[in-house]
Amino acid sequence: MTTITADNAPAGHEHLQEYDHGADHKPSFFARWFMSTNHKDIGTLYLIFAIFAGVVGGAISGLMRIELNQPGIQHLVLWSQFLGEEGSLTQAKHLWNVLVTAHGLIMVFFMVMPAMIGGFGNWFVPIMIGAPDMAFPRMNNVSFWLLVPAFILLLGSTFVPGGLGNGAGTGWTVYAPLSTAGSAGPAVDMAILALHLAGASSILGAINFITTIFNMRAPGMTINKMPLFVWSVLVTAFLLLLALPVLAAAITMLLTDRNFGTTFFDAAGGGDPILYQHLFWFFGHPEVYIMILPGFGMVSQIISTFSKKPIFGYLGMAYAMVAIGVVGFVVWAHHMFTTGLSVNLKMYFTAATMVIAVPTGIKIFSWIATMWGGSLTFKTPMMWAIGFIFMFTVGGVTGVVLANGGVDTYMQDTYYVVAHFHYVLSLGAVFSLFAGFYYWFPKMSGKMYNEFLGQLHFWVFFIGVNVLFFPMHFLGQQGMPRRYPDYADAYAHWNQIASTWGYSIMLAGMLIFFVNLIWSLAAGRKAAANPWGEGATTLEWTLSSPPPFHQFEQLPKIA
Amino acid sequence: MPATAALGAVTAPLPAAAGGAPETTVSPAATASDAAQANAPGADAAPGYANDPFRLKPVDGVGQPTPGGIDFQPQVTDNGAYAYWMSNSILLPLITVISLLVLGLLLWVMFRYRAAANPVPSKTSHNTFIEILWTLIPVFILLAIAYPSLSLLAAQYKPAPKDAVTIKVTGYQWYWGYEYPDNGIPEIISKMLPPEEAAKMGEPRQLAVDNRMVVPVGKTVKLLITGSDVIHSFAVPALWTKLDAVPGRLNETTFKINKPGVYYGQCSELCGVDHGFMPIAVEALPQAQFDAWVARQGGHRAGAKDLAKPDVPAETAPSGEAAATAVGDDHANNSGERAAPATAQ
Repeated sequence: MTTITADNAPAGHEHLQEYDHGADHKPSFFARWFMSTNHKDIGTLYLIFAIFAGVVGGAISGLMRIELNQPGIQHLVLWSQFLGEEGSLTQAKHLWNVLVTAHGLIMVFFMVMPAMIGGFGNWFVPIMIGAPDMAFPRMNNVSFWLLVPAFILLLGSTFVPGGLGNGAGTGWTVYAPLSTAGSAGPAVDMAILALHLAGASSILGAINFITTIFNMRAPGMTINKMPLFVWSVLVTAFLLLLALPVLAAAITMLLTDRNFGTTFFDAAGGGDPILYQHLFWFFGHPEVYIMILPGFGMVSQIISTFSKKPIFGYLGMAYAMVAIGVVGFVVWAHHMFTTGLSVNLKMYFTAATMVIAVPTGIKIFSWIATMWGGSLTFKTPMMWAIGFIFMFTVGGVTGVVLANGGVDTYMQDTYYVVAHFHYVLSLGAVFSLFAGFYYWFPKMSGKMYNEFLGQLHFWVFFIGVNVLFFPMHFLGQQGMPRRYPDYADAYAHWNQIASTWGYSIMLAGMLIFFVNLIWSLAAGRKAAANPWGEGATTLEWTLSSPPPFHQFEQLPKIA
Repeated sequence: MPATAALGAVTAPLPAAAGGAPETTVSPAATASDAAQANAPGADAAPGYANDPFRLKPVDGVGQPTPGGIDFQPQVTDNGAYAYWMSNSILLPLITVISLLVLGLLLWVMFRYRAAANPVPSKTSHNTFIEILWTLIPVFILLAIAYPSLSLLAAQYKPAPKDAVTIKVTGYQWYWGYEYPDNGIPEIISKMLPPEEAAKMGEPRQLAVDNRMVVPVGKTVKLLITGSDVIHSFAVPALWTKLDAVPGRLNETTFKINKPGVYYGQCSELCGVDHGFMPIAVEALPQAQFDAWVARQGGHRAGAKDLAKPDVPAETAPSGEAAATAVGDDHANNSGERAAPATAQ
C-alpha cells in the first residue's frame, strides 16, 4: 500500500547511509547491549529474551504433560525434591499449581508480549513508518530492562514459601482470596511484583509506540497508508495503555490485602472477591487481543508479500482491528460466566462477545481475498501465515461456542477452554510469531534461514500442536476440569495422546527451529536487501540486510 | 446400635464433624424400620457410606466420563438437554462448516493461484459488495444463534418453584458440605474416597465421595452455593451445572433431574493444593426413596414443622435449627441402622 518515490527507490536506499559515515558506528559491546538506545538492538534483546522465556515456559508445559501422561501422581514428588523441598504429597500438589501459574505468566508476559511488541514492534515499526528510531529511545531501554528483574522475581518466587509449598500456586489469574488469605509466604508477593514490573515495562513501551507512530511518520506516510503491522501495534499500544493500569491497581490491592490488612477482596471486611475478577478481566480480555493483534498485523504483511498483491480491503482490515480493540474492552465478564452474574448481565456479555466474531471474520476473509488472484509462493513465512489463518479460525469458532453463557456453564474451567485458548495463542499467536520470525530473519540478521528446515519446522510443529491440543476439546466435552494434576481414569486416553504424541512431535519441531536458527546464524546465505521480491513493498525492504545501525537519516518520502 | 461404635473403627478419612456428635434419634422415622439393621453386615467395621444398603451404584457412561469419549456427558435435566441440543445440533455443525469453508477456500486459493498457475497477480484490492456481504452474513448467523442462546440463559435462570428442595452447598479447602435447611438436615460433609476405597465401592477413582448429595428425581432442586475460605466451583457435567462457591456470597442455581442415578462432578475453580481432589457426587433418587433418605438423616419433610405452626413463614430458620440440634450426626444415620423400608434400584 505504500509506494516509494523514485529518488527513494529500493536500490538507491542502500546507499543513502553512505552519506554519513558516522551512521554505522556501533558503540562498544557493553554500551551497545546494556545501555542501548537503538530500537533494533533493543528489539533484538527483546527477541532473545522472549526465546529464552519461551524455552522456560515450554519446558514447564513439558513437565505438566509428562505428569498428565497417565492417571495418578508420578513425578511431582521427585520434582519438588529437586527444588529443595521434602517432597511431601502436599508439596507435590502445590508444585503442580506453581507449574500451571508459571507456564501461564511466562508465556503471556515474558514470551508472547515481549516478542510481538518489544521484539518485532521495536524492530519494524520505526522502519515501516520511515522513522530513524523510537520517539523515546532511553525509555525504550528502560522498558526492556524492567522485564529482566520481573522475570527474575517470578522465577525466584519458585524457591520461597507460597502456602503449603514453595512458589506461587494461584494460577496466572491470581484470584483472591486464594492469592491473599490462601497463600501465605513471600512467593505470591514476588509474583505480583513481577507483574507490576512487567506491566510498567509494557505501559512505557505503549507510550513510546503511540508517540512514535503519531509523530514520527515520514513525509507522505499518512495514517491510512501505514502498513497494517504498524496499525496493529498502534491499536495494541492503546489497549496496553488503557488495560494495564487496571491490572496494576488490582494487584496493588492484592498486595495491600496480603500485607497491610486492607480487605478490598475479603468479604469479611466488606470487600468482594468478585471485584478482583472484574478488575482482572477488564485487563485480561484486552490482554488476549494484545497478544494476537500484532500477529494479525504480521500475517497481513506476509500474506500480501507472498501473494504479490496489496492487502485486500486495507481500510476494513485496519478498522476491524480498531473495532476488535474497542469491543474487546466491553466483553470481559464472559470469563466470569459461572461466578453468579445476573441473567441480564450474562445475556449482555453473551451478545457482546459474539459481536467480536464479525470484525474477526472480516480479517479472515480479507486475508483469503488477498490471496485470491495473487501469484502465491509458499516460502516458510507464508506457510506459517496460512497455518495461522486456519488454526486461528478453529480457535475462533470455539470462542463463539464459549461466548454463549448458557453453554459455557458446562465448558467453563474445563479443557475445552484450554483447547480454545491454545488454538488462538499456541497455534494463533505463536504461528504468527514464527511467521514474522522467518519473514524478518533475513532482514534482522542479514542471513537467510534454511528453507528446508523452515518448512520441516512448520509441518512438524503444525502436526504436533494439533495432536497436542485438539484432543483437549474432547477432554473438555467429557468434563475434565483445568489445573488438575490427576484425573479420573476415563480421561487417560486423550491425555496420553496429547502427552506422548502431541508434545513430543511439537518438541521435535522446536528442535528443528533451533537447529535452523543456529545453522542460519552461523552459515546462512547472505540475505539481499529484499529477498522476497516485488510483493515486499514496505520500507524495511528498502534497507540493507541487516539495516544500518541508524537508518533514514534522510527521511524517505512516500507518495 | 450406638453411632460411636461405627465411628470408632473408621479407616477412611471421614468428615470433620466426626467427633462429638450427639447421639442420634429424634427423627420421626427413627422407628420406621429396624429390619435394615440386619442388612448391614459389619456395620461397625467400616465407614457409614460403605454400609449404606441403599447407596446407588453408578452406571458406566452416565454421570461420569467415558474412556476415550469425545462428546458431552449424557444430560439428565431438561435444561441440560436443551444446552446439549444447542451445542451439538446448532453450534457444532455451524463451527464445523465455517472451519471447513475457511480450510476449503485456503486450499483452493493455494492451488488455483500458486505462482506456477497464475504468474501475474491481479491488482484487485477492493470489492465493496463482497466486503459488505462478509460483514452482514456473520451478523445474521450470530443473530440466529442469539435467540436459542438467550432462551437457554432464560431457562437456566428460571426461579425455582415454591416446592423446590433447597440445599446449601459450601465449598471448603478441600471438601464439600451439603445442608438441607428445609428438611432440618444439618451439614453433611462430603470428601473424596481414596483410590482403594473407591475401587472397593466399584466407583471411579478421583470422582467417588463418601457422602453424596442426595436429591429427588423430578423435583426442582435449588442450590444455594457459598465458599468458606477461597473460591471453589460446584460443577456437575451431567446436570449442565456449574456455579462458583464464593466466600461472602450466596449464589443460586437450580436443576431438575429426570432420571435416578449417580452424577459425578469436580471442583472447577483453582482453590489450592487439593483442588483436583474434592469431587462432587449427586445421587438422584425417586421421591419416596429420597423421603426415606431424609428420614434416615433424621430430617423431616419440607414444611412439616411449619404445618404445625401455620403462622410461621416457611423461610424462617427456627424450625430448621431446632431440628438440626435435635437430630444430630449424619454418619450414624448413614450406617444403615434405621433405614426406611424402600429399596434402592
